[in-house]
Amino acid sequence: MLGYLLRRILAAIPVMGVVALFVFLLLRLTPGDPAAILAGDNATPEQLDRIRTSLGLNEPLYTQFFTWIGKLLQGDLGVSLISNVPVLKMISQRVEPSISIALSTIILAIVVAVPLGVIAAWKHGTWIDRFVMGLSVVGFSVPVFVIGYVLIQIFAIELRWVPVQGFRSITAGFGPFFERIILPTCTLSFIYVALIARMTRAAMLDVLGEDYVRTARAKGISETGVLLHHALRNAAVPVITVIGTGFALLISGVVVTESVFNLPGIGRLTVDAVLARDYPVIQAMILLTSLIYVTVNLLIDVAYTLLDPRIRY
Amino acid sequence: MTNIVLDIDNLVVGLGKNPSGQRIIDGVSLQVREGETLCVVGESGSGKSVTSLTVMGLLQKGALVPSSGSVKLVGEELLTASDRRLRQLRATRMAMIFQEPMTALNPVVPVGRQIDEVLRVHTDLDARARRQKILAMMEHVRLPDVARIFASYPHRLSGGQRQRIMIAMALVLEPKLLIADEPTTALDVTTQKQILTLIRDLQRDHGTAVLFITHDMGVVAEIADRVAVMRYGRLVETGTLDGILRTPAMEYTRNLLSSVPSLVPRAPRAETEEPVVLETNELGKVYRERSFFGKAREVDAAKDVTLTLRKGRTLGIVGESGSGKSTVARCIVRLIDPTSGGVRLAGREISDLSRRLLQPHRKKIQIIFQDPYRSLNPRVTVGETIAEGPINYGMPRAEALAKARELLELVDLPADAISRYPHQFSGGQRQRIAIARALALDPDVLVADEAVSALDVSVQAQVLELLDEIQQRLGIALLFITHDLRVAAQICDDVAVMQHGRIVEQGPAAQVLTHPQQAYTRALLDAAPGRGWDFANFRPVEVAAE
Repeated sequence: MLGYLLRRILAAIPVMGVVALFVFLLLRLTPGDPAAILAGDNATPEQLDRIRTSLGLNEPLYTQFFTWIGKLLQGDLGVSLISNVPVLKMISQRVEPSISIALSTIILAIVVAVPLGVIAAWKHGTWIDRFVMGLSVVGFSVPVFVIGYVLIQIFAIELRWVPVQGFRSITAGFGPFFERIILPTCTLSFIYVALIARMTRAAMLDVLGEDYVRTARAKGISETGVLLHHALRNAAVPVITVIGTGFALLISGVVVTESVFNLPGIGRLTVDAVLARDYPVIQAMILLTSLIYVTVNLLIDVAYTLLDPRIRY
Repeated sequence: MTNIVLDIDNLVVGLGKNPSGQRIIDGVSLQVREGETLCVVGESGSGKSVTSLTVMGLLQKGALVPSSGSVKLVGEELLTASDRRLRQLRATRMAMIFQEPMTALNPVVPVGRQIDEVLRVHTDLDARARRQKILAMMEHVRLPDVARIFASYPHRLSGGQRQRIMIAMALVLEPKLLIADEPTTALDVTTQKQILTLIRDLQRDHGTAVLFITHDMGVVAEIADRVAVMRYGRLVETGTLDGILRTPAMEYTRNLLSSVPSLVPRAPRAETEEPVVLETNELGKVYRERSFFGKAREVDAAKDVTLTLRKGRTLGIVGESGSGKSTVARCIVRLIDPTSGGVRLAGREISDLSRRLLQPHRKKIQIIFQDPYRSLNPRVTVGETIAEGPINYGMPRAEALAKARELLELVDLPADAISRYPHQFSGGQRQRIAIARALALDPDVLVADEAVSALDVSVQAQVLELLDEIQQRLGIALLFITHDLRVAAQICDDVAVMQHGRIVEQGPAAQVLTHPQQAYTRALLDAAPGRGWDFANFRPVEVAAE
């Protein structure tokens, strides 16, 4: 197991290397002078010169690449062209809201969706099944911002149970943190509940038709035992896959929800950077997103081997 | 008079809740006594499995519903028993083992824990006592190295070992009734023999009543005390083993027995000097399992396989699963690429041709697969399926479809089958379609990879007859891959016996199957179930030999 983990982590290095090369070339291969792109339309020749020297643009391409990688490995992601703040600092400020929302959303979604999916599969073809599936269609089709504003209207404006928007760090106390995070979490959960419930139901239906489920019943095991001990674990692999990719999507930014609830998250940082052509930030965000996906995929694969002893690499 | 353990009386099981709906089981009455084995035998769709699932209360809820009759287990009515009571009875009074040991065990739970579950649910034993009981039971079913197997996952065990685990699980609480639903069908003959002996021995030791479901008359002859023949959900007849095999009362039973291919090879055909159409020369296939960073593992799936097949003759390759017989077939047809050796088709070496250069030669050799339910594209009409090959080789569409019609007639299907889809046909009919598809290209060689293994015996006999007829009419050469020595005895001129990827014995069928030279061939023949019976002539083989 440890050996496998180590091999997988080693294998992730070339992947990240390719991503880094792509990110590096992004700026260099864009038509025109990178310095001019970086400096914007109204730069003076002196400014351009300064940027060229500071970025080492006069050096050969491979020297530039290795210098850039070297800085990267020391955590130097460059400085934002717009705010002049180091990119690393900008990101680190934005990470907490994004991770908090992603974690709480995925946990809520799993807690709600997996039981729903199991029950729907168990009561396949009954009104319970149809109700759960109907719910999931609604979850899929109602836009996130609509759910967000409806929830704000009800719980923040009418009932005044929670603040309308904003974010407080957990270091400022769990109460303020929790009451600001609860609405965006519920909003985002809708689609994930729909997705995971559907996946769980489909996987459970497959598994419930298997011979070993019949064997379990022939042993005189209770229906709950059959569902939870024999069926669910076998159905877990596709469900985990969906949960994993869903989590990666969540953590790398959910722009609409962040906007609706005015959360300072990674999604908005990315969009702002793209709109402002803040290249160092864009580069950093691509790297970060790739890193998240590589890590999540690794975790999913590790989960596979834990869940299914037949899967060995 | 021994006690009646299972008493099924006039059982009716219908499709759905509607009492006037189709009856899957129609008025079946059976009794199984203590220490007795009742074999329920019948072809697919005869309702034998539904009967056993009804007893266990494992019918799919709402889909199949017992509507009248009674099922009594040691005097207790099961049809009206609550779910709770049925759960209590399962594994304690009645237990069941299934056909596919590969899929009947939960793949993600160690086998010891799967047996343990039975004890946890039904007894108050503590963990240590449970473990001891399980290990003892595992030794009882003659599993080796029980402590290791206890902690193993199912995929680490062989098919035979898994079926032993299933048996241990079924018998650990010493139930009165054991239902075995085709428990050896998925196993090799040598393993099958061991499992049948095991069930017999355990039954003798514990006085268990066994309801044994099978389609295989050979197995019936090995294990039954009494036999019940079923067809279309009805009981055809019941009787003692000897009575049914020697003096079957009903026409259907006679036909069923007559369809069982004999182990005695058919009369050999005269040797011919026809040209050799297919030759393999030290053919080999090595599977390499590469892993990232890890070291490669090599498996010889086939090694030094040398075969010769003349026009109009049939060569059989027989062997157990994993012997490499299908690998050889696939290499010859170049569905996979051999790693060494040569394949000469009509005098032309084809083992090293590129895919593109191979194309003109492909039509000379065609293959039929085992499972007619999966080898035909369900979304394409039968006519299109048959015509696709010739169209590929440049035949105009109308002509190809006309040919498809002719071929359907050749394989005894109505010409209007051309516009229908595979699901509208039975298994035997689908296999006929597969044969027509293969013949559409006028091949010199037809490779049949377990082509009759998935079929009921009566259908099997018809398809074998069809292949024989086609061979005589078209002079085609047949390479026949099978695990079933009875089938091989009835269709092959020559036989090659394979084990572990190599040919261990090769020669005329009459010689190899009656006077085997190699120990392995002898073991295979010894293990063939029911070899003491000449079913088609309703007498034991010894009498026939006199």
